[in-house]
Amino acid sequence: MNFGLSEEQELIRDSFSGTLERVCQLDTVRKTAEVSAPMDESIWTELCSLGMAGLLIPEEFGGTGLTLLEVAVVSEELGRRAAPVPFAGGVVMAPLAIRLGGDDNQKREWLPAMADGSLRVGVAVSEAAAGARENAGVTAGNGLLSGRALFVLDGAEAGGYVVADNAGGLHILHANASGLNKIALKTIDRTRAVMELRFENTPAEPLRNSSDVLQTIIDAGRVSLAADSLGVGEEMLRQSVEYSADRNQFGRTISSFQAVKHLCAEMAAELQPCRGLVWHAAYVIDQSPKELSLAAAFAKSHMDEVGRFVARTATEVHGGMGFTDLTGLHYWFKRLGVNRAYLGSPERVRAEAARLQGFTA
Amino acid sequence: MDLNDRPEHKVYREEVRAFLSEYKHLAPGESAFSFRMEPRKLREKVQIWQGLLVDHGYTSRTVPKKYGGFGADVDILKNRIIADEFFATNVIQGLGNQGISMFVPTVLEHGSEELKERYIRPTIRSEIVWCQGYSEPNSGSDLASLQTSAIEDGEDFIINGQKIWTSGAHIADMIFCLVRTEPDKPKHEGISYIVFPMDTPGIEVRPLQTMTGTPSFNEVFFTNVRVPKSNVVGNRGEGWAVANSTLKHERGLLGDANRSLDSLLRVKRLLQNESLDGQPLMENPLFRDRFIKLQARVQAMRLHEMRMTSEADKGGGRSLGDMVIKLLGCELNYQLDGLGVDLLGEIGILYDESPMLRDGGAWQANFMFDLGLIIGGGTAQIQKNIISERGLGMPREPKVAQV
Repeated sequence: MNFGLSEEQELIRDSFSGTLERVCQLDTVRKTAEVSAPMDESIWTELCSLGMAGLLIPEEFGGTGLTLLEVAVVSEELGRRAAPVPFAGGVVMAPLAIRLGGDDNQKREWLPAMADGSLRVGVAVSEAAAGARENAGVTAGNGLLSGRALFVLDGAEAGGYVVADNAGGLHILHANASGLNKIALKTIDRTRAVMELRFENTPAEPLRNSSDVLQTIIDAGRVSLAADSLGVGEEMLRQSVEYSADRNQFGRTISSFQAVKHLCAEMAAELQPCRGLVWHAAYVIDQSPKELSLAAAFAKSHMDEVGRFVARTATEVHGGMGFTDLTGLHYWFKRLGVNRAYLGSPERVRAEAARLQGFTA
Repeated sequence: MDLNDRPEHKVYREEVRAFLSEYKHLAPGESAFSFRMEPRKLREKVQIWQGLLVDHGYTSRTVPKKYGGFGADVDILKNRIIADEFFATNVIQGLGNQGISMFVPTVLEHGSEELKERYIRPTIRSEIVWCQGYSEPNSGSDLASLQTSAIEDGEDFIINGQKIWTSGAHIADMIFCLVRTEPDKPKHEGISYIVFPMDTPGIEVRPLQTMTGTPSFNEVFFTNVRVPKSNVVGNRGEGWAVANSTLKHERGLLGDANRSLDSLLRVKRLLQNESLDGQPLMENPLFRDRFIKLQARVQAMRLHEMRMTSEADKGGGRSLGDMVIKLLGCELNYQLDGLGVDLLGEIGILYDESPMLRDGGAWQANFMFDLGLIIGGGTAQIQKNIISERGLGMPREPKVAQV
C-alpha cells in the first residue's frame, strides 16, 4: 500500500517541471496570449521531446503507454506554468478515444503520428459533457455528420477531430473532410484554443463502444482539468506568499499581517487535500473503472470550487496589482475560470455524482 | 500508488469480519455522542470492548507489545479495512479519547521507561481515563504564558494554580498537565509536562455548564498538590516541546476523517429516511447538491489522510499537509452537522425529550459541540497562524513592546 508517486513518476514530474521552467516563463505566456496565437509551437515541441503527446498511447503505436496518474502529474505542471499547449483534449481525451474505441486500422492510422506530436487531434464533446448551448449538437447517419459542435478543445491547427453526436456516438475525421467549417472562438483564457465546428454532410468514421468510451474520455478529461487547476492554484498561492513578502506598508512587510497570512493559510488548507482527490481519481481508471466516473466527478467539482476560491483570494492578496496586467496573475485566474466551465460545471457534475450513486433517477 | 488488497489483506478482511460476527454483541451500541453524555454508565462496557480490540489489534495497533499494545507495523490498508468493516457493521471502533490518542503517543515519544510501563497498558484498555491540563483562564491561545506553578520540595513538586476547559476532568483518573517549574526562564523554557492521579489531595474539579446543556468541560483547581518529580514526562523545563507533540496528536484526532465519514453517512440516512410534504428529502436538488459538495470534501479528507500516512511512513517532520487537518476537519464536521440540522428543519429544533426527537437530539448537540471543537485544541485562527508561519514561512506578527 502506497498513496503517492513512484520514483519514475517523480522523475517525470521533475523533467516536465524543469523543462517548463526553462521554456515557459511569464513572457512566453504573455506573448502567446497577446498575439492570440492558439499555442506556442516551440513549447509543444520541447514537451513532445519528453514524450508528452504519447503519454496515453500504447508503446506499439509509438507512445509511452502510461496511465492517467502520469497524465495528472504532467497536467499539474502545465497548470502551474499556464502552458499554452494542447493537453486535456489533444493529449488525454483524443488518444484515449482512439485507443479504447478505434479498430486496428484506425489505431495504425492515427496513433503513431499523434504520439510524436506531429498530428494533433481536437475533441468535440462539449454538448455531452457540459450540456448544449445555442441548440448546438451533431447528428450522425450513413457515415455523415451534420450540425454544430461548440467549445471544441484543442482544435486549432488540428489534423483531425474526435466528435460526439447527440446519441452518444463517437466519430473521427480528418480536418480536411468535406463540409467541415472551422471557426475559432476567443475565450478569456488565451493559453488554450477553443473553436466551433460546423458539419454539413461531413464524412466521418465511427468509433466502437461509443457511449462507454465517451463517458471514459469525459471522466479522464475532468481528471486532467482538475489536476491542471491544482497546479494553477498552487502557483497562485506561491505568488501570493512571494508578493506579500516583498510589499511593504505601515513600515512592515504585508506578509506579517494576520489579515494577509490567514488568506494564504486558507488557500493552502483548501489546496492540500485536493492532491489526494486528483491522484485517486487518476489511479482508479485502471484499477476499478466503474469507480472512475464518481471519483472524477468529486475531483472536478471540488477542484472547481477550490479553484474559484483561490483565484479570487490570490488576486486580493496582490491588492491593486492583482487587478492589473503587470503581475500576469490574471492568466492563472482565467485558466481556472475556463477549467471550471469546461466538461461540466460543478453543479452539473455533482448532479451526475448523485445519479451515479442512485440518489436520483 | 497502490491501493489494492494483497492476498494477505483479503485474508485480513475475513479475519476482521469473523471477529465482528463473533463479538459485535459486546460492542457498546451507542455512538460517540452517548459516550459524551453518559461516560460513567458506559465505562464497564467500554473496558470490555476496548480490551478485546487491543488484544486483536484493532486499536492501538502500533503500540509496542511490551507496553500492552499489538506491536504491528503501520499498514494504512489494514487500518482502512478495520475502519470499513467496523463501519459496515455499525460498530464503534474503539475510543479515541485524550489518553489513548494524545497521552500514549506522547509518552511513547518522550516518556521514561518507568512511565511507559506503568501507564500505557491500562490507558489503551480504558482502565485509566485521562484529562488534559493545558489551558488556564489567562492562557488560552497564548498557552506558553501559563502560570500554574510547581515548586521543588525534596523528591516532589508542589503544584498550585488553575486549569480551565479541562474536558472530562470530572470522570478522569489521571491528568497530564503543564506546569511552570522554572519561573525565571523565558516563557517557553520554564514549562514541564507532568502526570498525576486526579484523587491526589488538593485537587478540586468544578464542572462548567456549556451551551449544549451537558457539562463536559471543567475548571480544575490545584492547592498544594504533591507530585513526585519522576512523574515528569521528558526533561524538566522541556515541557513545551512535549506539549507540542501532544497537540499534534490532538489536532489529528480532532480532524479525523473517519469521524467526518460517520457524520456524512448519518446525513445520508436523513436524506433517505426523512420526508417533507411526503417527499423524501433526497428528491430536493438543493439538499442533494449540498450533500454531494460535502461528500467530495469528506472524500478529499480521507484520501488526504492516506497520503499523509504514506508520507509519514517515509519519514520527515510535520508537513503543511498535516497542519491543515485540524482546521479543515473541524470545519467540515460543523458543516455536516449544519446540513443535518437544516434537513430536519422544525423537527430538528426539538431537544431533550419528545417522541419526535431524532437521534436523541444529537444533531443540535453536535452542531454546538463541533463549534466548540473549532475553538478548542487551538482555535481556527491559531491554526491559520501555524499554517502560514510554519507551513508557508510567512513572518510572525511583530511583538508589541512590553510596557
